[in-house]
Amino acid sequence: MSFLLQQILVDPSRILTLDHHQMQLLLAQGRNTRLLASLMCELQRGGIYEKLPPAIGRHFFTAHLVHEKQKRDLNYDCEKIRLALHTIGEKLVLLKGAAYLQAELPVSRGRLITDIDIIVPHRRIEAVEDVLRNAGWEGGEISAYDDRYYRNWGHEIPPLTNLKRETTLDVHHNILPPTAGPNVNAEILFERLIEVKPGIFTLSLQDMVIHSATHLFHEGEFHHGLRDLWDLDRMLRDFPTRDTQFWDGLISRAQELDLLGSLFHGLNYAQQIFSTPLPSGIIEDAGNRSRLLRKPVMDFLYLRAFRPKQPECKLPFTELALNLLYIRSHFLRMPLYLLLPHLTRKAWMRHFEKEKDSPEIPLNPKA
Amino acid sequence: MPLLKTLPEDEFRQRLARGELALEVGPYIYKLRSNLPGVSEGIATLYADFPMADPHEFVDYNVALVSSGILQRLRKEAEFLFDNANPFDPIPVGQAYAFLEWGMNWCVSLYSNEYLKLHAGAVSKGDTAIIMPGVPGAGKSTLCAALGVRGWRILSDEHAMFELNTTQVIPLCRPVSLKNESIDVLRNFSSSAIFGPISKETHKGVVAHMKADMHPNSHDRKSVTARAMVFPKYSPGESQRLTPRRRTDSFILAAYHSFNYSLLCEAGFEAMKTLLDNVDCYDLVYHDLEWAVNAMDQLADAQVPP
Repeated sequence: MSFLLQQILVDPSRILTLDHHQMQLLLAQGRNTRLLASLMCELQRGGIYEKLPPAIGRHFFTAHLVHEKQKRDLNYDCEKIRLALHTIGEKLVLLKGAAYLQAELPVSRGRLITDIDIIVPHRRIEAVEDVLRNAGWEGGEISAYDDRYYRNWGHEIPPLTNLKRETTLDVHHNILPPTAGPNVNAEILFERLIEVKPGIFTLSLQDMVIHSATHLFHEGEFHHGLRDLWDLDRMLRDFPTRDTQFWDGLISRAQELDLLGSLFHGLNYAQQIFSTPLPSGIIEDAGNRSRLLRKPVMDFLYLRAFRPKQPECKLPFTELALNLLYIRSHFLRMPLYLLLPHLTRKAWMRHFEKEKDSPEIPLNPKA
Repeated sequence: MPLLKTLPEDEFRQRLARGELALEVGPYIYKLRSNLPGVSEGIATLYADFPMADPHEFVDYNVALVSSGILQRLRKEAEFLFDNANPFDPIPVGQAYAFLEWGMNWCVSLYSNEYLKLHAGAVSKGDTAIIMPGVPGAGKSTLCAALGVRGWRILSDEHAMFELNTTQVIPLCRPVSLKNESIDVLRNFSSSAIFGPISKETHKGVVAHMKADMHPNSHDRKSVTARAMVFPKYSPGESQRLTPRRRTDSFILAAYHSFNYSLLCEAGFEAMKTLLDNVDCYDLVYHDLEWAVNAMDQLADAQVPP
């Protein structure tokens, strides 16, 4: 049950002490959590990668090649998206992985992305969708129910795909659905943008951290959970060196966005898993009484969810924890009077309308 | 290392069930685990002459094809595991063997990028390797198998891997995958062809794998020099021909058939350029396997090593 990946990410030089079996587990955990290329970058920075035997190093190398390709592809796609948005006077504002990569922040070292996330003002959604469609980004086949669900209750429109480029674009107008508990005023996110390349923006440093934590702790599935937590750790180590005021306004900004709960979890688990250095007392400042009371239960759940899903690494009751977190994510997303009809409808669709799915093609791994 | 067939049958089954069976496949080591009789039969038949590796040493690809849990057994389903996690949805048990082979291909497709990898068959006669890229249905596997039963060495049926900036093919011999009519075509072509389990109703139709390592040097790990690239096309309506084709559009086609040309970026371009500068390219249109094998024999014999 050893969580080797965590240990090696925190102290890369320890990789040289692993035996064959442990190395095998490490690679498996790294692939499973999509952190192998990130680990490769840490090894390179420590001058350790060169010391690995080639038969082992090549597995890191291959993960890193994918990262390099994604970076190149992202440059091209961002330029196309930027030009499309420019025609209607909108800026390109990137979120998450794409933002880290385009800003060339240390958090982007080895970072793999699955899609490009952007945010635009809610009132411009239709215009944005139009110009993106003209630029080759099209909505995939999606049931009328799902489409309506996205548009009425979502904080993003259904994903757009560029068939030629095989890349996916998620267009957001907020960072949480309007039905979720916290009432996020997305407009204030646009007040503090950082221009990282001509015409390409990211959220402010603080907002990037708050958004990353929010995303992580409102998600129902944890395929990328550890990776997202690693993002938080890297940002929390790096951002205070870029902005000496970083810590000062973080809590009040999270409060302003109504996302202090997510920030609390983010700080707590980054510190527990990656020993992220934090100013003393900040976790207590971010946590109110009820958060602190619930902490042991949440720790039980999340410390399971962040582990890779291999049997060698799983803790007991992981399935239970994942199921509870999945249910929790739905409660966080919408009130019961919306949630129950939605889940009933989805269960129905999954059960009776599945035949429409194309047969499984082995070269396409499931999501 | 001893060959798989030297293991007593009981021990083979036990080790496979426990996941303590490792095989050398070209430059890579696969560790295999399965609790399905169809899979163990297939491995025993098709990998009998493969060298074993120590399962406790570092292995490149840890794969399994198992049916586990009551639900999966009741549904007669099985799943492919890579690193003990399932990248794909479960499949019917009857397709298990074909799925294991695809899964093993998938490992190389996704996780091996130190070589330029073409989606192509690679065969050799003497010191001459010939590369055969092909779209599905072009007949590359059929031709590969036919050459294999006629004394050629099969270097790979699926991944032609090149040392970067050379024409050296890295052997990666595994069973040849044959689909639908091709299975009977090969059976009629040679009585010596050995087949593994037949998987029906897969998304590619009926699939069977043929033992690929009939040549005595099949598991020699030394690279072999490629001297020609042949684009096969099975076409019943056309007259058969082996004709030279231009390097320029061969380059584009080969790049299109590459798994990692764009992933390797400039290194991929340079590697492809070196390869295409140094091999002659041909179209091979055929409908009669005897004719095609004969044409390939003549092509190989005409290559004079520098």
